[in-house]
Amino acid sequence: MTTIPLPEVVEGSPTDRALRGGVKPRRFGSLYVAEARLRVMRSYLQTMLATGVGTPVLYLYALGVGLATLVDANLGSGGESQVSYLIFVAPALLCSAAMTTATEEFSYPIMLGFKWNPTFFAMNAAPMSGGQIINGVTFAVIIRLVAQSIVYYLFMLVFGAIPGPHGWLIIVVGVLTGMALGAMLMAYAVRLEEDKGQFNYIMRFGVIPLTLFSGTFFPLSVLPVWLHWIGWISPLWHGTELSRVLSYGYEEPVWLSALHVAYLVVLIVVGWMLARRLAVKRLNK
Amino acid sequence: MPEPSPTPATTAFSSARGAVISASNLTKKYKDFAAVDGISFEIAPGESFGFLGPNGAGKSTTMRMIGAVSTRTSGDLSVIGLDPNQYGPEIRSQLGVVPQEDNLDSELKVRDNLIVYGRYFGLPHSYLGPKADELLDFAQLTEKAKSRIDDLSGGMKRRLTIARALINNPRIMMLDEPTTGLDPQARHILWDRLFRLKEQGTTLVLTTHYMDEAEQLCDRLVVIDKGAIMAQGSPSALIRQYSTREVLELRFGSNRNAEVATQLEGLAERIEVLPDRILVYSDNGDAAMQRVIELDLNPLTSLVRRSSLEDVFLRLTGRSLIE
Repeated sequence: MTTIPLPEVVEGSPTDRALRGGVKPRRFGSLYVAEARLRVMRSYLQTMLATGVGTPVLYLYALGVGLATLVDANLGSGGESQVSYLIFVAPALLCSAAMTTATEEFSYPIMLGFKWNPTFFAMNAAPMSGGQIINGVTFAVIIRLVAQSIVYYLFMLVFGAIPGPHGWLIIVVGVLTGMALGAMLMAYAVRLEEDKGQFNYIMRFGVIPLTLFSGTFFPLSVLPVWLHWIGWISPLWHGTELSRVLSYGYEEPVWLSALHVAYLVVLIVVGWMLARRLAVKRLNK
Repeated sequence: MPEPSPTPATTAFSSARGAVISASNLTKKYKDFAAVDGISFEIAPGESFGFLGPNGAGKSTTMRMIGAVSTRTSGDLSVIGLDPNQYGPEIRSQLGVVPQEDNLDSELKVRDNLIVYGRYFGLPHSYLGPKADELLDFAQLTEKAKSRIDDLSGGMKRRLTIARALINNPRIMMLDEPTTGLDPQARHILWDRLFRLKEQGTTLVLTTHYMDEAEQLCDRLVVIDKGAIMAQGSPSALIRQYSTREVLELRFGSNRNAEVATQLEGLAERIEVLPDRILVYSDNGDAAMQRVIELDLNPLTSLVRRSSLEDVFLRLTGRSLIE
């Protein structure tokens, strides 16, 4: 394959027009895709609002108030973690909700764009690159996660579940937690040629067990030692522990907190980059 | 995250002959299989150029390479003076692409599909609003502006896809099997719209396996089979070169066709025996029919027609286009 050198591009010529036409898409393409995705999200805004508001209210009430009466009565307020069950469980619920949303957004919608309603191919036939498409999709989901976590946080305030002054930072942790699992799932979904129930399987035997055994509803230390690994690999455990530190000053060594952050960030970066690379490959048929 | 821009145009083809697309020895291999096997062609600005061939001939692959979404394995390719390997987004900013399978965004309304698509070219909302309305009118879909994609008929979806492809005022329209799966009326509406674009000077590049479509829309075409070019020229030149002026179609019933064929030899320049009929190639179909009658062969049905690209294809490949 050789490239043929050409005389200088004449101003106003078709080649010149093409070179100009590529400038904005190259620079802002990711944002254009994000804009499109947000527009699509608007078409199911009502569902998003209902789950965004309904989830915190239901979970905080059922677990933080309802179940808490039982827990606090048996352990005495404070139990092992020295705080009420509501304060203990609330940060974990926020992180878990972010993870659920990310799972939703990075599974079927990715398959949809590549296969069932191949809009990603349409974007790519326009000037968008595979990397920009993945970026745009990701930006839009991050925006949704931020909005959802803010709403969750506000309800936590209403329920009195945030005693510490740095509590608002759990919004960031929630987004990181959702994205950590989401980015890896996205990379998997980009590669998936056919859905034979894999997502369902991941949800039932991946996300739900992670939710149950990641120190969400009870500390990981309650589990036998040979099950602790579930927590260590689970982004949810790392996110939950970190958010407890920020929410009510749960005590853990600083290096461990740093490790939580690092682990989440590494998963996000690896998943995101992998998804970009695989998307470029999948679009280039 | 902006994509890095390559250094200013260092590669491009010599537009000495003014071609807007030029390919030389263009090849695309998937492992050992060559989907496109060393084809060369040039397309002039404003020309309406067709790739004619059966399914699996390599037409769509060629279209994707021109459309700068599929990397060639070898050979040279230049689109608007640029190499698609390096200048994908730049080239795509000047194309209007109508893919074989509809990929309109079914989660967006009809008009929003146009607006959102225009944004991928970096076009401002102030331009896209009026432009979307103009294109809806062109596609005869103004009343459907707020409809859901799933509520459109096949022909409407196709027209919307064409409207979407026009949002950036493309210099080149790439149409992959534009009317496959449409009923005759919808096809004619579509042809009319494409013809208008042609009149406005847009370069049309299309693939088809329909003879009539190729004859209606293409100034020039290449006949492509198994990834290679079999012939190229204008529809009428191809017919003149590879077929006779007229064709006599005879049916003797499926079990008699082969038997009668031997008796027909010498009657015309060439005879093709198909499973359901015999094609007698002659510049004068009526005269050939007269001799069939004289031979007392008594066909069940007979028909004299002008030669078409179907006959050219049959001659070149020994096979029908639609099998």
